[in-house]
Order: sequence, then structure tokens, then C-alpha cells
Amino acid sequence: MSEKTIKLVIKRQKNDTGESYDERFELPYRPNMNVISALMEIRRNPQNESGEDTTAVAWEASCLEEVCGACSMIINGKPRQSCTALIDQLEQPIRLEPMHTFPVVRDLVVDRSRMFDSLKRVKAWVPIDGTYDLGPGPRMPEAKRQWAYELSKCMTCGVCLQACPNVNSKSEFIGPAALSQVRLFNAHPTGAMHKAERLETLMDSDGGLSNCGNSQNCVEACPKGIPLTTSIAALNRETTLQSFKNFFGTDHTA
Amino acid sequence: MSNNREFLYRRLHSLLGVLPIGLYLIVHLMVNNFAVKGPEAYNQATHFMENLPFRYFMEVTIIFLPIIFHAIYGLYIAFQAKHNTSTYSYFRNWMFRIQRITGVIVLIFITWHVWETRVASAFGAEVNFNMMAEIVSNPFALALYIIGITATTFHFANGLWSFAVTWGITVSPRSQQIMTYVSIAVFVAVTFVGVRAILAFVG
Repeated sequence: MSEKTIKLVIKRQKNDTGESYDERFELPYRPNMNVISALMEIRRNPQNESGEDTTAVAWEASCLEEVCGACSMIINGKPRQSCTALIDQLEQPIRLEPMHTFPVVRDLVVDRSRMFDSLKRVKAWVPIDGTYDLGPGPRMPEAKRQWAYELSKCMTCGVCLQACPNVNSKSEFIGPAALSQVRLFNAHPTGAMHKAERLETLMDSDGGLSNCGNSQNCVEACPKGIPLTTSIAALNRETTLQSFKNFFGTDHTA
Repeated sequence: MSNNREFLYRRLHSLLGVLPIGLYLIVHLMVNNFAVKGPEAYNQATHFMENLPFRYFMEVTIIFLPIIFHAIYGLYIAFQAKHNTSTYSYFRNWMFRIQRITGVIVLIFITWHVWETRVASAFGAEVNFNMMAEIVSNPFALALYIIGITATTFHFANGLWSFAVTWGITVSPRSQQIMTYVSIAVFVAVTFVGVRAILAFVG
């Protein structure tokens, strides 16, 4: 084994109410490691830098190819997925922290339930269930499909909420991810049947669309390069029109 | 229709910042520039403004009520943010932060400014060239005025940018970029107009 090592500082917390504390680790270096494999190494041999036995660090991971979003954490100050965070590209000691915008469950594991609740709130799906077969929906132009595909890359990882200065304990802001999903499903030919309902959800409840302060951190931070701020501005335009329709009335229902 | 008014208040806050407050700001700073032509021109201009028909009605509806709403709701918005420019030092994030800082500065500045001009005039003082000249004869007060004016013009210019996003006027990144240039030009121009006027009172 080479003498080269990897140094990590991990912000740990025993449970959802516990105090957080830093613990340092030093692992033997192997080429081509990512943060996940370093954490697996700690799990294999849970000893801290001083050689004392400790509990294994808890973290979450699933797909290991940056499509599920489960392994998001703050790595050297920036929220990102730990599966694509390569050790060779990180400055050491590598500092790992949970995304503190969310409730911490244990160590690096956070509870992202609020994001999934938000998706339910805005009906981020195409409702097709009924008592009879509705038949095939209208076709989508290819150019639009390609555009929509970019928005569909959202993996609900939470990085945009972590980066947003308006998503915090003092505000109920729904955050950029769910907003962009409204745009995606409103753009779908069948999903558009519930367009007004989705827009009204964003206008009619606390922490809706208008809570965006345009710091535009989300679009910089998004690991999938989703045009979140464009989605938000487009929704601003649509809710402007929707609010006029609601106030003045309309014979144009779609 | 729901009972939640947050969307309405936010949009109203954005609209009032431009109309009428932004428009009033430009008129105010323009009229101030009569001071460049000398005390007489300035006194004549302020006299004209003071004697506009429906003066009190216009003051209340175009100036006081919009500014009070914009200020109070703005404070609520400003203190909701948890700033993170140290981690995300992007241009827009800094603008977001400075917009909130200048908002608070402008509120303090306007309160002071209204107190020693409009409130003083309500108690009998005459608003004229000499009044302003006396105020800014103190270098400290002059510095505060220049800071206050610059904070106001920044808040206005950057507010125009977010107004365009908030109402869905600028949607694409390119249109927002162009609006950034426009807002910088507005900031430079209006700051020039404002600072030029205050310096005209310095003996």
C-alpha cells in the first residue's frame, strides 16, 4: 500500500436532535476514488484520525451516477453529489457536511421530504387515471421534447434549495426545483390540462413563486444545468397572465 | 380566489417601486438640478412644485403611501433572506444582497431627509436653496446625502432589473443580461443627476 493518504473532516451528528461535531479521518490512498468510496472505506474500518474506534459515518447513496440525487452533501463548502466528487480533484482535507437547509437525520443523511411534498403540492405529474381509457394524448413536437427533457433531468437532489438564500427557517419558499417542474408539466400537451391549477397553487399559498428573490444561485449550483431561473421568469410571466384572467375573468380557459 | 395575499403583496411591492416611486425619484432629482442654475432657479422650481394643484392628495397617494408600503413590506422581505455570498459569490447573489442592504439604508436616509425637509416645512420652515445649503454645509451631512442618494439610485436601478423578471418581461438569460446592462446605465445616469444636484448646494 502506498503511504499517501486521504484526509477528511466530517461534520457528524448522532441523531436528528443531537449537537453536531467534527471528526477527522485519514484513509490510505487509492487511485480513482470518489467521496462515496472514501466513506465506504470508513465504514469498513471505522477509526478516526487518532486511531480511536468510532461509529461508521452514515450517508445515503443509490445510483452512483448522478441521476438519483440521494448522495448530495456539502463537499468543501459547495453542495453537490458525492458520487461524482472525485478525490483526486478535491483539496484536502476534504470537508463533508450535511445540507443544513434540510433536517439532519444523522451525520450526512438529511430528510428531503419537503421537496417531495412540494412536488405533490404542485401536481408534478400528468394526471391520466380515470374510469375509462382516455386513448393516446396529443403528440409533442420533437424540438419541444428535447427542451422538456432538460427540465426533466431534475433529480430532486436539493442542491438548489441549499444554495438559495430565500430557502431557510424564516421563509416557506417552495424553492426552485418544484417551480421548474410546474413549467415542465405545464408544457406537456396532456399535463397542460391542469396548467391553471398548478399556477394557482404557486400563487395562492405561502412560500409560492413570488418568494423568489432572483439571487440566481440555483441555476449556478444545479448539477444538471437545468435553466431554473428561466423557468421561474417564464412562470412569472404565466402567473401575471393568470392573475389577470382570475381578476378580470376570461373566455380563454386553457 | 383564495384568501392568501402574498402573491398580490409581492407584485404590488414590485410595481410600486417603479410606479410611482421610481418615477417620482427621477422627477425629484431632475427638479433638484435647478440648483445647478443657481438659488433663484431652484427656489422658483420648488415653489412651482409646492403650488401644484391637489398637492396634498398627490403627496399622499403618489409618495407617502407607496413608500410606506414598499418600505414595510420590503423590510419583511429583506430580513427573510439568509445571505450566502461567501459561499456563492456570483454577481446576481451580490446584487440580491446589496439590494436588501441599500433598501434598509434608503429607508433610514429617507426618514432623516423627510424629517428635516418636509416635516420641517410642515412646522413652518421654508424649503429653499438656503435650507439645503445649510444642511450640506456640514461635510458629514453631505457625505451622508451622497451615500443616501447613491444607495437610492442603486436600489432603483437594480430594482428595475428584478421588476422585469418578476413581471415576466425578461425571461431568457440573454434578455436578463441585456437588462443588466440597461440597469447599470440607469444607475450611472440617475446617480449623476442626483449627485450633481446635491453638489450644487455646496458653497
